[in-house]
Amino acid sequence: MATPATKIRFREPQIEMAHGAGGKASRRLVEGLFAPLLFGSAHGPLGDAAQIQINGTRIAMTTDSFVVKPLRFPGGSIGELAINGTVNDLAVSGARAEAIVVTFVLEAGLPTDVLEAEVRAMAQAADTAGVMIAGGDTKVVEHGKADHMYITTTGVGRLLSGVEISPKSVRPGDKVLLSGPIGDHGITILLARGDLDLEADLRSDTRSVFPLVQALVSAVGAGVRWMRDPTRGGAATSLNELGRDCGHGIVLFEEKLPVRDSVRGACELLGLDPLHIANEGQFLAIVSAEHADAALQALRETPGGDEAAVIGEVREEPAGAVLVTTLYGGNRMVDMLVGDPLPRIC
Amino acid sequence: MKYVDEFRTPELIGKAGDEIRRLADPNRHYRIMEVCGGHTHAIYRFGLKDLLPDNVELIHGPGCPVCVLPMGRIDDGLSLAAQPNFIFAAFGDMMRVPGTHGSPLEYKARGMDVRIVYSPADALKLARNNPEKHVMFFAIGFETTAPSTALTLMRAKAEGLHNFSAFCNHVTIIPAIRAILDSPDMRLDGFVGPGHVSTVIGCRPYDWIAKDEGKPVVVSGFEPLDILQSIMMLLRQLRKGEAKVENQYKRVVPWEGNRAALRAMGEVFELRPYFEWRGLGFISQSALKIRASYAEWDSEQRFSVPGVRVTDPKAAQCGEVLKGVLKPAQCKLFGRECTPEQPVGALMVSSEGSCAAYYNYEHRKPVTIANAAAN
Repeated sequence: MATPATKIRFREPQIEMAHGAGGKASRRLVEGLFAPLLFGSAHGPLGDAAQIQINGTRIAMTTDSFVVKPLRFPGGSIGELAINGTVNDLAVSGARAEAIVVTFVLEAGLPTDVLEAEVRAMAQAADTAGVMIAGGDTKVVEHGKADHMYITTTGVGRLLSGVEISPKSVRPGDKVLLSGPIGDHGITILLARGDLDLEADLRSDTRSVFPLVQALVSAVGAGVRWMRDPTRGGAATSLNELGRDCGHGIVLFEEKLPVRDSVRGACELLGLDPLHIANEGQFLAIVSAEHADAALQALRETPGGDEAAVIGEVREEPAGAVLVTTLYGGNRMVDMLVGDPLPRIC
Repeated sequence: MKYVDEFRTPELIGKAGDEIRRLADPNRHYRIMEVCGGHTHAIYRFGLKDLLPDNVELIHGPGCPVCVLPMGRIDDGLSLAAQPNFIFAAFGDMMRVPGTHGSPLEYKARGMDVRIVYSPADALKLARNNPEKHVMFFAIGFETTAPSTALTLMRAKAEGLHNFSAFCNHVTIIPAIRAILDSPDMRLDGFVGPGHVSTVIGCRPYDWIAKDEGKPVVVSGFEPLDILQSIMMLLRQLRKGEAKVENQYKRVVPWEGNRAALRAMGEVFELRPYFEWRGLGFISQSALKIRASYAEWDSEQRFSVPGVRVTDPKAAQCGEVLKGVLKPAQCKLFGRECTPEQPVGALMVSSEGSCAAYYNYEHRKPVTIANAAAN
């Protein structure tokens, strides 16, 4: 249990939507309240999954809740996200998902066929990802106390050999790789809500990224220094966290960023930056310079990786921050997501 | 994307930068104000400042409607919305703007029904779909958004929709420019004129700036090439000692403006005798109010408004930044007490606010990197 001496740095009087948005406010909540009380002061950088040792075997463990609205959207649904999200958190921690347990929080009045469709979607996604669903729990709350259904998945995975994922291993000169176009998921959800009279031929990118991670690790092994799936808060938030954790600067080249025209168009209209938009089927990797070409080739040769790109590099400056070099040779800083432009996207 | 990529071609932008360097007299310092917050945002987002020589200085103007709104108006709007069965609808830009007791977003977290809309027509749709509630649209903006508020109110009247009203905070750009030029601490060489406002009012209303004040004005689009070309056009005029109004944004802005939009504004709005602007104080005939013939759809005429007046925190220097006297980072609170996450002033909230743009895109940028790009 926490001792009275534990220092709480989270001073905000109440929880706002932004605390769940994955950006700066989320980080303050986790680092200022959860981490000191639950992990003590000795914890290292907070990654996508925890590593624990049981009888000498290291395993990765993670958990994630899904509250997306609407439940179904082009390219996926809450059930599919709930499996892929946890598989991906394990994958970018260098682990193959082995087993998942599921908790459903259901609102009284939820039609059974809606629930059944999501359970089927989960079974299908688990089958595709090759992960076993090992157990679960169900709670039902009064009508009006939840929005149809929430799903929590907790997964354990076996760590791949020959790879050590840590922000501390990142060095200036390393390259930043991205597995494919960014922003598809967040913009798809936004449009699927129908509040905007905007239409685009766009689908969520939800999928397991494990095959791509596996290809990358097989090709370059310890050349992979760090990985992260940029969900809420987008690529900008993940890379700012990396910058802070490794102490170096992350420099991105705007012309190299893969962004679909429809995502770019919607972002222009709404004043959003694709770097802040959530993804559910992409990951970022930092790879040592000498391995970058082989890493890119391995990704591109794997199904679903043909749009992978080297989008930037690690430099000494700007230390602890992310800079984008624009198409014209100008520069701008890119901060973590502030506030929450698109609540409840996953 | 058509009509966008053409104005972001790196080669053309490089050439425009070279031409600006050639036109700028190295023995002279140029102070050019971009009036519109949309321009300020684009300048930082595309890193255009890095492409300009040191002696061409851009001063950020007052053209960010959220930024010039005094806190009292936000308090007034939120206190109206605290009535039972009320929906407070506003653009996303407004959501994190602090009132005395919190922003609309914080009120939402405490249980108020606050909705983000992308147009006043969306707010009207909310009213149609929630007949048992009253929907108040927090109307804000220059002449750019005023016509759509006007058309929405005309629509509400035509439909006989009585559970909808607008809390009108629309302001007009010309009196703000006049207030800036009248300010004794301002020395400006010319203006990058607002693009979106001018699609409605046209280019004629700027004539006096050229004729009476002797300052050139170039109405500009929002793409990188538009802005650089407008700066080129200003420098050409200054080089020749001319002062006239030019229209760089001809593909969108008609010289005479949009008569249908102006007619709709005339039908619904009249000028307020005076209105308070954050940082600039009371400016006469600088804002719009809803005419008596639309009283039923005017939140201020329909409900009793407290008329709150709040002075800005003393340490915040929003006024000086709004007028372009101070750069964002020169404010005592910048980046410390005032950040995009916990803003003290609205300039730090809106994406068009110069403090937010500066904080997001420029702040923490190492000097060595900015210089490398300029050379």
